[in-house]
Amino acid sequence: MAKKQNAVAAPQDESFFPVVIDSKKCTGCNRCVEVCQVDVFATNPKKGRPPLILFGQECWQEGSCVQVCPRKGAIRWQRLPMQRVHCRRKTTGEDFFV
Amino acid sequence: MSKGQLKWPFKVEWDKTQTVETDVLVLGGGAAGCFAAISAAQKGAKTVLVEKGATIASGAAGSGCDHWESAASNPCSRINPEELTDAMILAFGGYNNGISHYIECREGYDRLLDIEKMGAKVRDTEDEFKGADFRDEKTKLLFAYDYYNRYTIRVWGSTFKPALARHCRRVGVRIFDRVMATSLLTQDGHKGRRIAGATGINARTGKFMVFMAKAVILCTSRPTRLWLFSPELPGISEFRPFQCSGDGHAMAWRAGAEFTMMEKSIQAQWSGLRSFPPYSTGNNHNTWYACNMVDAEGRQLPWRDRDGRIIEKFSDRFRPSPTQKLFLKGGGEPDSFVYDFAGPDTAPGDELILKGYKLPFYADLTSLPEMERKVIWGMMVGEEGKTKIPVFQAYTDAGFNPATDLIQSYGDGWKSGNFLPQERQLFGLPGGILNDWNLMTNIQGLFAAGDVLFASNCFGHAAATGHYAGRHAVAYARQIQNFTINENQLADERHRIYSLFGRKGSLDWRQLNTAVTKIMQNYCGAFKTEELLNTGLKRLRDLRQREAEQMTVRNPHELMRALEVINIMTNAELVMEACRARKASSQHLDFVRLDFPQTDPPDWRKFVTIKLAGDRIETGSLGLDYYGSLSDNYIKYNKDYKGVK
Repeated sequence: MAKKQNAVAAPQDESFFPVVIDSKKCTGCNRCVEVCQVDVFATNPKKGRPPLILFGQECWQEGSCVQVCPRKGAIRWQRLPMQRVHCRRKTTGEDFFV
Repeated sequence: MSKGQLKWPFKVEWDKTQTVETDVLVLGGGAAGCFAAISAAQKGAKTVLVEKGATIASGAAGSGCDHWESAASNPCSRINPEELTDAMILAFGGYNNGISHYIECREGYDRLLDIEKMGAKVRDTEDEFKGADFRDEKTKLLFAYDYYNRYTIRVWGSTFKPALARHCRRVGVRIFDRVMATSLLTQDGHKGRRIAGATGINARTGKFMVFMAKAVILCTSRPTRLWLFSPELPGISEFRPFQCSGDGHAMAWRAGAEFTMMEKSIQAQWSGLRSFPPYSTGNNHNTWYACNMVDAEGRQLPWRDRDGRIIEKFSDRFRPSPTQKLFLKGGGEPDSFVYDFAGPDTAPGDELILKGYKLPFYADLTSLPEMERKVIWGMMVGEEGKTKIPVFQAYTDAGFNPATDLIQSYGDGWKSGNFLPQERQLFGLPGGILNDWNLMTNIQGLFAAGDVLFASNCFGHAAATGHYAGRHAVAYARQIQNFTINENQLADERHRIYSLFGRKGSLDWRQLNTAVTKIMQNYCGAFKTEELLNTGLKRLRDLRQREAEQMTVRNPHELMRALEVINIMTNAELVMEACRARKASSQHLDFVRLDFPQTDPPDWRKFVTIKLAGDRIETGSLGLDYYGSLSDNYIKYNKDYKGVK
């Protein structure tokens, strides 16, 4: 069993993670950590700091973390480049991608 | 610790065991699990709820839900529960769960009233939609799809799971979040014997959990990641949450539970890299029903009734055809066209192209009546779990305006992507655990609710069957005087779990999951034969015996993922064995056996059942009407159910 005590995680990996945390605004309340059903985050050992993103690629992409964040602008949804959808403004014919 | 690795930020406890004793144990904290736990606790039973993620937001509707189906007992419905259940059964050629859908149609609206009492929002209390065609002015309920019959209710579903989780605590349910159930415990440790509890692991600390229980309710959704897996983005491998990996199916199979319809799968509709998120692109189905669609030159795509007649009036998109009692729409609608219950729709894309309509097509919210635009974009997209933040909020922030902007369709309309025939899913109404009128399985004391049941779908179904299973599990548990846990069964399970740690191998769980999907695509794709299935099963065994033995984990979270993949291998075996057992093709089951090409021959118009008996696979069959008279049996089994006033 002694060997099992050395649990480690891979370094933080935010590639493919559609959520951006603003470390200046985040108060480290960890509501996002506790609401995530996939357990993407972990509480930062440094109190008051933004959560660790340990398993960003496992995100189911439904944004519960954004829904529960109490601080405006502390956490934001950022659509992945492959998911940009084409829109057209009907009156002007202007194309844009959301 | 290698360079760049982090110390595991949670306390490590994988040398510890916690034992919990209860009357009723609920596995899975989604809609079904919460309702099961609440109804059991309200009946006075000691109740424990075990959830792999976070009960406040777990499950397919954890972050929201835009409509509540089959509320046939709501005061505005023109369809009664018997008529609606019959329609649902006929629409699927009889391959449907009459019991669970009758419970849904009969009690679903009661559960909606329960949620409202818990603090969730189910009606238009702010009068935002006053005067709308789809609103009942007296009750302030909003309806979707069939505005005449009014049995599907639009809801503010993002308020649901937080309310349910709070209520679980209020009524004394003991919740264990971040605990993955790993096995079912049975009397004397024997397969198929009476239930005695379950084991689990804490996915943060690794602690071994033993739950001793008189009755267990399985509420663990349905298998995913069998044909579809994205190693880059595992989280969006499928439509259902990444967490829903079919653990309940695998556990129940190993314990000797009986399944049916596991041979059914359909071509994929959403997944990973290939697809846009569900309901995020222009379409006119489900959440977006019945949005205007236009082609590249701004021509409106015509709407038609089931006979192909053009529907001129917008309001007629929400009414059955003059010769029809009702039409079915929403999550539980059949994937193929069934004339009796087919609703208004636009023609298929290829037909429109032949008629000269130019690609791409767009959803045109701008030309809708204001209330319809507001209810689709603001409310439905704004309340559906997968779209509230990633679509409604993100698109709004990016400048999308539903009053001025078109949004493009991709793939085949609403499916948000195109898939290959061998890329399949257990979707719509797939197979699952076989149930009786108590929602009990063939294992005494093991109940099932929600998507783990065969031919199940949607929030209302999960809620209604959860509550029902909770009541019946309590009645069962009250008869159980004493029960024991078999120590050998615990020791075997401990070994199975913890031997994954510290192995010499270097394969991580993603490699194994990808391998399973390759096997399923190659040997259990759109076309099945005995030879293909046998080879697939051989390769699966080979994968288990060789590569799976090299799978290793570094922390409790990865241990959970590795155990999920072992479950996925079990579920792959279950599906392939079920495919072997049906020796006929079936249109209703989307099942093609090249070696048995006759479609739905009379001898095979039945449920094929399958279970493990010892180490042997036992198959059997049941009549499609095995549940007997719906209303008579319901009354017989629910004499003390009073409903909600």
